[in-house]
Amino acid sequence: MLQISCPWCGLRPEGEFVCLGEAVPPRPDPAALTAGEWAASLANRANIRGLHAERWWHVRSCGRILTIWRDTVTHAIAPGPDGTAAPEAAP
Amino acid sequence: MQRFSFLSLARNALSHHEGWHRAWRSPPLRDTYDVVIVGAGGHGLSTAYHLAKEHGITNVAVIEKSWLGGGNTARNTHTIRANFLRDVSIRFHDVSVKLYEQLSRELNYNILFSQRSMIDLIQSWGKLRDLRRRSLAMALHGPAYDLIPVDEVRRRIPAMGDLAGVRLPPLAGMAHPEAAMARHDAVAWSYARAADARGVEIHQHTEVTGFLRDAHGRVIGVETSRGTVRAGQVALATAGNTSHVAAKAGLSLPLVTRNLQAFVSEPVKPIIDVIVNCPDVGLYVMQSDKGELVIGGGTDPIPSYRQGSHVATFEDVVASLVELFPRFKALRMLRQWGGAIEFAYDASPIISKTDVEGLLVSTGWYGGFKSIPVGGLTYAHLIATGAPHPLAEAFGLDRFTGLRFLLEAGTVAQR
Amino acid sequence: MTARRLAHGGIIERSQPLSFRFDGMELSGFAGDTVASALMANDVALVGRSFKLHRPRGFFGAGHEDGVMVSRLSPRAATNQLATVTPLEQDATYVSVSTWPNARHDIGAAAQWFSRLLPAGFYYKTFMLPNWHLFEPFIRGAAGLGRVPDPAWEPVSESRFGDCDVLVVGAGPAGLAAALTAARSGTSVMLVDDGEAPGGRLVLDGIDDGGWVSRTKAELEALPHVRLLRRATVWGYHEHNLLTVIERRPADAPDLDFRNWKIRARQVVIAAGAHERPIPFADGDRPGVMLASAARSFLHRHGVLAGERAVLFANNDSARGAALDLAKAGAAVTLVDIRPDAGGTAAAALAQRGVTLIAGGCVLRAIGSRRVKAVEMRHADGRLATLPCDLVALSGGWNPAFHLASQSREAKSVWHHDLATFVASHGEGRFRLAGAARGVFEAGACARDGMEAGQAALRAVDREGPAIDLPDLDDPFVARSVAPLWFVPPRRRRDKVFVDLSGDVTTADLGLALREGYDSIELVKRYTTAGMGVDQGKSGNVNVIGIVGALTGQATERVGTTTFRPPYVPVEFGAIAGARHKARLYPWRNTPLTDWHLARGAVMYEAGLRWQRPGFHPLPGEDWQAAASREARAVRNGVGVYDGTPLGKFQLKGPDVGKLLDLVYISDFGKVAVGRGKYGVMMTDDGLIMDDGVAFCLAEDRWLLHSSTGAADRVHAHLEQIVQVHRPDWQVSVIPVTTQWANATVCGPRARDVLAALEPDFDISRTALPFMGMVEGHLGTIPVRVFRVSWTGELSFELNTPARHAAALWEMVMAAGEPFGITPVGSEANHILRVEAGYISTGHEVDGTADPHDLGLGALVSATKPDFLGKHAMAMRRECDPERFELVGLLPSDPDRSVLEGAPLTPDGDKVDQEGFVSACVRSVALDRVIALGLLRDGRSRIGEVVHARIRHEIVPLRVVAPVFHDADRARVRS
Repeated sequence: MLQISCPWCGLRPEGEFVCLGEAVPPRPDPAALTAGEWAASLANRANIRGLHAERWWHVRSCGRILTIWRDTVTHAIAPGPDGTAAPEAAP
Repeated sequence: MQRFSFLSLARNALSHHEGWHRAWRSPPLRDTYDVVIVGAGGHGLSTAYHLAKEHGITNVAVIEKSWLGGGNTARNTHTIRANFLRDVSIRFHDVSVKLYEQLSRELNYNILFSQRSMIDLIQSWGKLRDLRRRSLAMALHGPAYDLIPVDEVRRRIPAMGDLAGVRLPPLAGMAHPEAAMARHDAVAWSYARAADARGVEIHQHTEVTGFLRDAHGRVIGVETSRGTVRAGQVALATAGNTSHVAAKAGLSLPLVTRNLQAFVSEPVKPIIDVIVNCPDVGLYVMQSDKGELVIGGGTDPIPSYRQGSHVATFEDVVASLVELFPRFKALRMLRQWGGAIEFAYDASPIISKTDVEGLLVSTGWYGGFKSIPVGGLTYAHLIATGAPHPLAEAFGLDRFTGLRFLLEAGTVAQR
Repeated sequence: MTARRLAHGGIIERSQPLSFRFDGMELSGFAGDTVASALMANDVALVGRSFKLHRPRGFFGAGHEDGVMVSRLSPRAATNQLATVTPLEQDATYVSVSTWPNARHDIGAAAQWFSRLLPAGFYYKTFMLPNWHLFEPFIRGAAGLGRVPDPAWEPVSESRFGDCDVLVVGAGPAGLAAALTAARSGTSVMLVDDGEAPGGRLVLDGIDDGGWVSRTKAELEALPHVRLLRRATVWGYHEHNLLTVIERRPADAPDLDFRNWKIRARQVVIAAGAHERPIPFADGDRPGVMLASAARSFLHRHGVLAGERAVLFANNDSARGAALDLAKAGAAVTLVDIRPDAGGTAAAALAQRGVTLIAGGCVLRAIGSRRVKAVEMRHADGRLATLPCDLVALSGGWNPAFHLASQSREAKSVWHHDLATFVASHGEGRFRLAGAARGVFEAGACARDGMEAGQAALRAVDREGPAIDLPDLDDPFVARSVAPLWFVPPRRRRDKVFVDLSGDVTTADLGLALREGYDSIELVKRYTTAGMGVDQGKSGNVNVIGIVGALTGQATERVGTTTFRPPYVPVEFGAIAGARHKARLYPWRNTPLTDWHLARGAVMYEAGLRWQRPGFHPLPGEDWQAAASREARAVRNGVGVYDGTPLGKFQLKGPDVGKLLDLVYISDFGKVAVGRGKYGVMMTDDGLIMDDGVAFCLAEDRWLLHSSTGAADRVHAHLEQIVQVHRPDWQVSVIPVTTQWANATVCGPRARDVLAALEPDFDISRTALPFMGMVEGHLGTIPVRVFRVSWTGELSFELNTPARHAAALWEMVMAAGEPFGITPVGSEANHILRVEAGYISTGHEVDGTADPHDLGLGALVSATKPDFLGKHAMAMRRECDPERFELVGLLPSDPDRSVLEGAPLTPDGDKVDQEGFVSACVRSVALDRVIALGLLRDGRSRIGEVVHARIRHEIVPLRVVAPVFHDADRARVRS
């Protein structure tokens, strides 16, 4: 069971959150993609073994969705690679 | 291959079992094979066996980063079943069960295959509807999945407690007599021994670190921790890590890896004869031949390769267990573990060529122990002939490009 | 009599004798005894049989490293109680497990005659013909330990959360020093120890501490920010420093059997000690052979001398302490030390205190079957000798207990040459090992190490900890310069050298596994089951690794280790479940009207997301069908009312709500006026329906969205992800209001009459409040929002009121409706009504694979919107897969023949692939016949055809019709 730092509420237990999975990029404009690209964007996932960006919904508290970097092998939550923020990190 | 039998056991007993041969060789790694299979788990070894047996392709190396059978083959709860919803899934897994039934004799290695029946407990009306639909679909194709009244459920699972007042009282059950368990490690070992006997090479402790590509991008081999190996085709059987390995070839797949945990009790005398599965609460329990209760539930709710235990999910499973079996409250958990299993976007398997020529995948097994024989049979067919096996035509990656999903899960289970 | 209770010593209450029974013998012990120590005190040496071969077994360890189980018949019947940790109870009856008739005389012991046929993995090589099924029952019957009693003890348990800055595991010298150091800084400390009282080895080995343990304990107990748990074992080390702890018979709660803690600690000090390992030798599993530490522990903890003539067999100094203790307690002691240089001055010193030292000797075999009588040994010069004895105590070195560090995944095991064992590397700063758990064995050094670990833990939480006064401890004999001896090769091939007593695994088994190619340590373990027994290899695993190294010619450190998996000690399932059972397992969600329904005998259903809702309200003598039909007829012919509270409700607020609705729904929402609503279908972006519902425009920037009951959470997550992730620039907030509004839906041709009788302060006429219209106002004094939505195919008013008014509103409706025969309606009648009206339902027609066109909702799909969720995927799929399963009505040729919901449709009813299925089937009250809905390949173009449902051996012909059986022009709905 993880402890997740919510930018609004602080360090909170996992039970307050719902995991929304890998942080896929914001929905692209389908008209700008080929059919194949669109299909891939729907189903394919990086499914990284190691540090990946993922979204959590703090549903049993502030209701915000936040993005964290978490190692899928150790479950350690860490800053992003090279200190980069997650894709559209929570405000 | 040295024959196993009671007689050979007795004969070898006289010589203090000094005369047994190695189950598989440890040959030197050569630089070229017709086929390299990545992953010496159940699926990889079964594929190698079928390549040799049905297609005469024996110039095959199975390359394993760790010890053979050490991935999900070592980490599952050894259940075999064919209770599915879609026609293709039912047929596919029905063949798997039938292959399993013959496996000990075919491979001359007792995998302790035991058809003990599975009883799915129905604890909500929605689940009754879902499972009845499954049951009637299965009746079209062979495997039995019969509605039994709750009295019958109780008679067949006498260890269940007094059900008065339980949170979700069982309404009925579905009995699946073909369901079985088998000694999971032995399945890998038996295939390894049989494949080896047909000339396949198994290379343990050899990790694939990259792919060898030609000018057209075609995969023509693998880079390993022990050197470069060329191959006509490279077939991944790396359950749990397929995305990770495929990414080395620049391939993205519709997969998510999650942790599925399980645990066993200390061994007790026989008390549960069937495999009990409770989809409404996310719990299954059976008893191994050794006497341990083998218990599991749903997958953990986060992407994970940790192979551990998610405490909240674990506690849910245990709470459901003692709700239905209060007499197990004083029994103790001896050991727990987790396996990294892969879900395809539509929760059906993938046995397919890929966009990268020369690279094939068998994945999305979300617990593929039950499919090892048929998975190997059909994957070998694809590798050998270039065309999908008739049983696995629906399992190609092309279904995702056309968004024609094979949604096995159907409606989502609700609590 | 050889093993016996001493007149003095031990931490038992000699003033409190306890009588008990074991395998039919009447025996007695004292309060403070374990079952094991009491049996030892009574000189019962043979207490069980081995798992596979049923060899006689006695106690080998004195704690969790032992494997002897007993069943307790009374009080509180339970099986598989580990005798060395189970407290003795007055008048209790115990029996040995897996023996018949008892441990001394056991029929199963016949297995030993066939042991040659039962090497590791024998079952893989035989029992194949004709079939494993024939043999399996015998194997199953022979395996297993105890029998689960009926009725069985159901321990009372609870779960509790804990939080602390520093969690210290183990209250031996290292743990106590760490806890005291941390505690004095004022930081919060939890000290968890599995003994009855702190002290650890200082107690078990009888080391004089000059009162340090009791002073430290007193100081810790007096500090408010320190919590000391005794009889508690940390069993799991999970991610983010969450540790799970089982506390047995918590001191503060006499009514509790177990408490399972989940403790989040900023820093962890693992001072869990070490496990002694044996030196395996031929027949070294006989009763009377045990670990030296066990003999010492029985002596100091329970005042039990395990034998009067003891042979100690060791490869390190630690056994000398045990030897001296046993000698002091009155035993004649010979210490066989394999190290040729073990003698010297030490020999004389030991001799002075009654211990005969044989340096360079080696014990070869135990003699005696039900109890050891002598050992055969070889002197340094090769001479063989037989030493009569009744106790053999072994010390093959010590294995630091770093299991928890290993579980944390932040430590690697590394080989320690001098100690001849594995130790763990430290973690990445979240925990540290201290004392014996990291290979520091001398008690005084352990205390210092503990203090330093405490100081380091404090620094990690930004505090300082000054040094504490360390005790002066005399502990001269510890495992240094261990001469590894993984096993003593047997002189005769038929002699068995057991390396894993719980799993009955011998060195021959390991050799066989290696010969057959199972050569990595994990394969050896799995093939032979070594380390997989009830002690999980606590004492034997390192020997297994050493033997594999020896037999394969590898250095031990190259062999590798197997994984340490939780739990560190076995944990009761009841403890993990805690108080979660019955309604506390998954709490019900009830509406404010649940009590009303229950009082009237409603049969309640689980309606999704744990909501309870009436299924039907049977009158005396009615079955479900009769009740449901009566309720449905009331709605068709008069008026009914149902509790619609569980429907998901969301208030959407903000200037961009319209954009959101246009993105998530397939239809145009731009044209909906304030005070009006619209039916909508929601797809996921992969072009499949996820839910349907209605949305009403309360104001330009304020909408109310209804979802189906079971989909409410999914819809909520869906909307939030769009608003927060995909369209963060839109100003919309999503507020779930499901439980704030109760809903009584009045439906039927007389619904308006009932509403009129409720004194509305608003116009309820068809023109003022048309279909898909809404109004806010009062019924009498009760505030309501009324929506004209129908899911029954009748005139229908959804009366929504704040939850606190629900009961009053409901009573009012019932009273006002009485003249019209108003009838409460459950979900069974709802189902009939919606099937007649041809409305789709989640879980039936919406089965996760359908798109709007499939379900006849193509007309709702906006032709003008350039984009909405699912639009593109749906188009792509339909392009390459034009033959879809489409919604149709189905009429069985026999009007009274009902068809199971879910029944497959196949061509001609043959046993071939499905061309559809029956999604719903009811007895229609409007048509007085069976009607059904289904999904059929290309169904809309097949109206009029006869298709076939295949229900096992039966074929049911059904005529394909349009999927609406009542009010096809929706005139009644709009009335």
